[in-house]
Amino acid sequence: MWRYMGRKLGIYAITFVIAVTINWMIPRFMPGDPVRSMLNKASVSDPEAMERMTNYYNEVFGLETPIHQQYFAFWAGLFRGDLGISSMQYPEPVTDIILRAVPFTLGLLLPAIILSWIVGNHFGAFAARNKILDNTVLPVGYILTATPYMWLALLLAWSVGVVGGFLPTSSGYSLALIPAFSWEFIASLITHWFLPFLSMFIVALGGWAIGMRNMIIYELEADYSNYLQALGAPRRLIRRYAFRNAMLPQITGLAVQLGTVIAGALLTEIVFNYPGLGSLILRALNNNDYFVLQGTFLFVIIGVLIANFIIDIIYVLVDPRTRVQMTGGSS
Amino acid sequence: MSNVAGAPGSDGTTEPQPAVERRTSETLHFAKRNPKLLIGSGIVLILLLLGLIGPLFVDHGPNVYIGPQSQPPSAEYWLGTTTFGQDIWAQFVYGLRSTFMVGFLGGGIAFVIGTAIGFIAGYKGGIVDEILNMLTNVVLVLPALVVLIVAVAYLDIKGVFVQSLFIGMTSWPWAARAVRSQALSLATRDYVDLARLSGRRTGKIITTEIAPNMSSYLVMSFILLFGGAVLIAAGLDFIGLGPTDGVSLGLMLQNSFTWSALHLGMWWWFIPPGAGITAIVGSMYILNVGLDEIFNPKLREL
Repeated sequence: MWRYMGRKLGIYAITFVIAVTINWMIPRFMPGDPVRSMLNKASVSDPEAMERMTNYYNEVFGLETPIHQQYFAFWAGLFRGDLGISSMQYPEPVTDIILRAVPFTLGLLLPAIILSWIVGNHFGAFAARNKILDNTVLPVGYILTATPYMWLALLLAWSVGVVGGFLPTSSGYSLALIPAFSWEFIASLITHWFLPFLSMFIVALGGWAIGMRNMIIYELEADYSNYLQALGAPRRLIRRYAFRNAMLPQITGLAVQLGTVIAGALLTEIVFNYPGLGSLILRALNNNDYFVLQGTFLFVIIGVLIANFIIDIIYVLVDPRTRVQMTGGSS
Repeated sequence: MSNVAGAPGSDGTTEPQPAVERRTSETLHFAKRNPKLLIGSGIVLILLLLGLIGPLFVDHGPNVYIGPQSQPPSAEYWLGTTTFGQDIWAQFVYGLRSTFMVGFLGGGIAFVIGTAIGFIAGYKGGIVDEILNMLTNVVLVLPALVVLIVAVAYLDIKGVFVQSLFIGMTSWPWAARAVRSQALSLATRDYVDLARLSGRRTGKIITTEIAPNMSSYLVMSFILLFGGAVLIAAGLDFIGLGPTDGVSLGLMLQNSFTWSALHLGMWWWFIPPGAGITAIVGSMYILNVGLDEIFNPKLREL
């Protein structure tokens, strides 16, 4: 098990190094001058502030020093938690801006991922080998996975929010309120959270249902299912065994799908103007604020790596075979 | 077995032909009776034709300000007009065209990279497999859209080709993994050993012995990559990193959102492009299930 974990950790470490290297390389090797295009869009009217910023960015990119020194300086800054200073909100460090947005994104992502996984799996297991249900769940599931996240978000915002007027469709909380730990504020948070959450939940649901349905069909073909059936075991019991076996690939699927779901969260946030990382990326793009953009990239990568590691641990806890391997087997 | 030696004998060519014919007719037999395949490919074909032929019947460019502003769908403007008086129907048919193009190009590039890496890793094994597998795992963990946002943000010229190229370069890993595991099991078959003993080169063995035996699998991975590329492209367009000049369904969504079609109640602006994307990708997926049932006898419902 330690071998297995060590291997996984090694891959994550390599991924992290590669991600940081990509992040460092892109502004330096892409055509165009990042400093100039960043300052052009920064819309600073004060010439003195402009000059300060120019000096600062030239120094940060360190374009005069040799290339390997630039690279190590980048890593050193990273370990100090220094991701540079935003150009759209000039004197503010990028890390602070991002840390303010992260809770909103996590608050949206975690419930959407976990709930859609649980509900989708049960739906799929229920629908498998059930002719009527299967013929409805399967097409609906495929249509849902094919739906672009932002489109469903737009549809929900328009139908429930604008036409129906039931729920607010913009921002993370009512702007008339000052963030505080009061009932009013929490209620406002929840009403603003619900639609983006629902939209992500619905799109993600389809994929899990389909995956589970296919796995259950596969498991019901397996020898142990046929044997149980021959012994006259009740249908429910066979299904329960099949479900537990079918869970394992779905846990791995969680890790594979993570990138898609995160992308979906970013797009959904933009539609609802939700103050998470998605809206931050959009704002950074519109203002050519590359430091914020790259900082967000690193944060997302770190988040994905941590999530992958957690999923690995869960897999070991759930699947008894990996535990047997770690005590008995050598490989 | 005569084709292993590579020398087609005179009686060798007459033998297998009826068998091949029977197999294709059997596949056709099941294909014609599979509603999923028929419905899925029907929708895809209709939309493809619309994207190919539709623009020929539109006598103005998709971004020209032609008509009255903010009109709901009418007999003259089938899908209404935007706030600027652009014909949404024209944008839709041109957008379909570029969406299919991104799907073919982006999905195609991802397919070529993914299958190449998968075949080499699965066939060669050993240290090559280790290295390629690690590369695959690393790219697999990186979220494609986020990497694309950072990379494309620095590009000055954004076109359909550049977008497809970048999408292709980031979305291949799962295909490589799937192909690798298939190739791994096929690489140890007797006929592959025989081909290796006869001294054929690796590339030849992969293309003539291994690939044909998993052709259905390859077709299905291409379809999934196609759908994925369309969805990623739509996401990029929506963030504002789409083609700088031109139309696509994702750009239509972005425009409708930036010019607050939502709050103006202009549903005809944002419903068609999203419905188009969903219809293309969704029917591709359903078509894929149909293909799976045809090629995999276990899944057939008789």
